[in-house]
Amino acid sequence: MSFQTVTMMLLEGFRYNCELFAVTLILALPLGLVVSFGTMSPFKPLSWLVRFYVYIMRSTPLMLQLAIVFYMPGILLGPGHSLSRMGAAAVAFVLNYAAYFSEIFRGGIQGVPAGQREAGQVLGLTKTQIFFRITLLQVIKRIVPPMGNEIITLVKDTSLANFIMVAEIIKIAKDFGNKAMIWPLFYAGVFFLVFNGIVTLLLNLAEKKLSYFRV
Amino acid sequence: MAILEVDGIKKDFGPTTVLKGISFSLEEGQALAIIGSSGSGKTTLLRCLNFLETPDSGTIRVKDELLFDAADPTTQKEREIRRKRLHFGMVFQSFNLFPQYTALENVTLALKLSARERPDYKTRRRELLTEIDGQGMALLEMMGLKERAEHYPHQLSGGQQQRVAIARALALRPDVLCFDEPTSALDPELTGEVLRVIRGLAEKKTTMVIVTHEMAFARDVADQVIFMDGGVIVEQGPAREVIEHPTQERTRQFLSRYAEQP
Repeated sequence: MSFQTVTMMLLEGFRYNCELFAVTLILALPLGLVVSFGTMSPFKPLSWLVRFYVYIMRSTPLMLQLAIVFYMPGILLGPGHSLSRMGAAAVAFVLNYAAYFSEIFRGGIQGVPAGQREAGQVLGLTKTQIFFRITLLQVIKRIVPPMGNEIITLVKDTSLANFIMVAEIIKIAKDFGNKAMIWPLFYAGVFFLVFNGIVTLLLNLAEKKLSYFRV
Repeated sequence: MAILEVDGIKKDFGPTTVLKGISFSLEEGQALAIIGSSGSGKTTLLRCLNFLETPDSGTIRVKDELLFDAADPTTQKEREIRRKRLHFGMVFQSFNLFPQYTALENVTLALKLSARERPDYKTRRRELLTEIDGQGMALLEMMGLKERAEHYPHQLSGGQQQRVAIARALALRPDVLCFDEPTSALDPELTGEVLRVIRGLAEKKTTMVIVTHEMAFARDVADQVIFMDGGVIVEQGPAREVIEHPTQERTRQFLSRYAEQP
């Protein structure tokens, strides 16, 4: 099998990784923000419930979570109620990453000194103005480095979807083993290197953009 | 006529009572210094005036308008509080400048946001914003910081940051300007420049409440002094009298500790 054919097949698989990455990022970021507000809620039962969810998501293997989301509906509700493989993967990834992101948001928000909010209050600003004009940019600046870490991990984690037989790049590459070809597996690593190379450049750019002030 | 009247302010934090019934009044154009050791309730009192803490009982009046009455919840509505706060300006011990804005933007932010609520904002936007920038520049010039207008807080010394913070508080033309230990976070060589600015404001008859540990400054600049201890006012009167000839034993003890310092 030619190098070009292998490349095309791996690229086909990598499309799933990219999709899973994009969906997770787009949905887990806002969900994570909502979850972080939940953990910081003064209404204790809500805070405990949300913290419990974060605990479960961060303390069990993502692989296991994938299996549960994919198999559980069928087991509980009978055949025909399962999500598609990609659908299940997306749900598990969003739930898992929202938990991690929420902790980063929480750290970022709680890291802004109370004096910043108070300075806005004594100037007669509304809560909304204080959040958008004062707090938000400081939070973003604080969370870019830890968020970058999570995002780079997410790129690599998308390959875990092969546990529920999503035809992503590592699954495709591994299957070449059946034809006694091992190099496609190593070659698959290049796709991740290139993708994360771009992600790293974008993160550096964001950090540079925000370097005009210090928090 | 008294511009500020505070009556019977009490404040508990859990089991500890921080303010045990504070009453005083302040004439327009006068500077009041509040002295006392840490934990005596000075800062909490200032925070009550700025609605950063809600007193458990007591009233606050400015220009005869009842701003706060602990017994009357209608005086404590979020929306009303936002407007009432503007009677007071606040300068914090730790400056609390907004790091992502330049010195000038720090001073003009609140004015620019409130200008948006004006009916003619849409048609005269550019004109209004230029006008506000002009006001901001004038304030920075008054603070001796004209050349630093485009600097971000981290590019300024502590003393310069605190002067920007004073300009920011003045921008909204408060009736009473409050200072919470404005020089306590500064190196000794930088306190002078901030104290000079406050002295200048006193000469211009700015009504001020200043919590401070600088006794000589309080004596020379303030008209009135309040000595607080354990959440009560122990002694109050004309600044020079209280600091040079205190009548209360506790005031004498407190002041003698300062006199011992070189």
